[in-house]
Amino acid sequence: MPIEYLKETPSQTGGPYVHIGLLPVAAGLAYGTQEQPHVLSGAGERIRIEGVVYDGSGHIVKDALIELWQADAEGKHNAGDFLGWGRASAAFDTGEWFFETIRPGIVPWRDGRPQARHVTLIIFARGINIHLHTRLYFPEDEAALEADPVLKSIEWVGRRKTLVATKVEGKPIPTYRLEINIQGDDETVFFDV
Amino acid sequence: MQHATSCWLRRGIRPAGGNMPMKLGDVIRRDRSSHPPALTPGYKTSVLRSPRRALISIEPGPGENAGPIFKASMLGPLENDLIRNYGKTGEAIGERIIVHGKILDECGRPVPNALIEVWQANAGGRYRHVNDSYLAPLDPNFGGTGRCMSDAEGNYFFRTIRPGPYPWRNNGSDWRPAHIHISIFGHAFVQRLVSQLYFEGDPLVPLCPILNTLPDPAARERLIAKLDMGNTVPFDALAYRFDVVLRGRRQTFFENKPEGH
Repeated sequence: MPIEYLKETPSQTGGPYVHIGLLPVAAGLAYGTQEQPHVLSGAGERIRIEGVVYDGSGHIVKDALIELWQADAEGKHNAGDFLGWGRASAAFDTGEWFFETIRPGIVPWRDGRPQARHVTLIIFARGINIHLHTRLYFPEDEAALEADPVLKSIEWVGRRKTLVATKVEGKPIPTYRLEINIQGDDETVFFDV
Repeated sequence: MQHATSCWLRRGIRPAGGNMPMKLGDVIRRDRSSHPPALTPGYKTSVLRSPRRALISIEPGPGENAGPIFKASMLGPLENDLIRNYGKTGEAIGERIIVHGKILDECGRPVPNALIEVWQANAGGRYRHVNDSYLAPLDPNFGGTGRCMSDAEGNYFFRTIRPGPYPWRNNGSDWRPAHIHISIFGHAFVQRLVSQLYFEGDPLVPLCPILNTLPDPAARERLIAKLDMGNTVPFDALAYRFDVVLRGRRQTFFENKPEGH
């Protein structure tokens, strides 16, 4: 009989009022210690990441909550003051969400190969029973995207582009947009990691 | 909570190799059979909000094995006391309870410094959220959210009022059992977990389409907080115990070069 471990506590949906606990300002509550978690401060090139989440019928998911996790500008996690984590809500009217952060540096993969610069995004919402885990990559890193070990592990080459953001021109700081399709023909790649 | 007495770590068995130093390595692969599938038509919103393609499995890299480090100094003094943390003229109305437990990993190790966030409806089942229009009234002294961090032994607690059930648009008028939403950060971002805790003995529990997204009855049972009469506060608050298990980490026995893609 194999060794038994404790079982992980099962996930449940965050529900429609997830903001009360995770982003009280969005729910209409004022709690001073949880202001602006979608703005990350740290040394490096300031960038903006924005997007919308769509359901399987092309409708905007207006109650999504997104968390971001990334390396600092040097490609390190927890090396200094940079928290590396952020949280943003879709706007209840338009479904638009955004982060202001710094461009992450290059993080080595398990075997030392460089990964393309990326941020990790996880999505919670009503109707999502266990959060969805994906990545956002930067379109100008063409050679690095070709060599990225995680992108290369996606057998369906055409699906890799669902993780590469679009540069939005004419903005005060470099701005990248990623539309996340939970379900359907252009379904975003989600990871089990 | 059943502890993993059969886990070799708890039995103190050392791997062959004697004094070779061990360190915590990769987070153990998530056992998806412990979790609800994405598509659970009994919970209608999941139909259009579930991927149709398989998840792509990858090994954790350095970024996935790490996670944000939150500090107790980020929290205010009353944040784990929902009876008082939104009080304008007094304390929240309702059944006063302590919810407490231990954050463990799959190998039974306590997880210290885990950030735990909770949110819930008030005693009448009404949420303080701009999008909740249920006719039960708001409680002027109840906000419905709290945060705390686990201590060095992985223990945490909240003081709150027991939330009421409330109706929602799923099958006609389904009613949610009394529940508290809970969000936990371990030390690796891939240990991230959001769930809900339910209360022992609530007759709405077996009817709930959201709890029933879990096909395994044993998994559903793990979300039910148990009445804990040993930890009541006399003439003040009842207590419920809710332990949480996050993904474990394997030991790194050998510094082998992992296989690449």
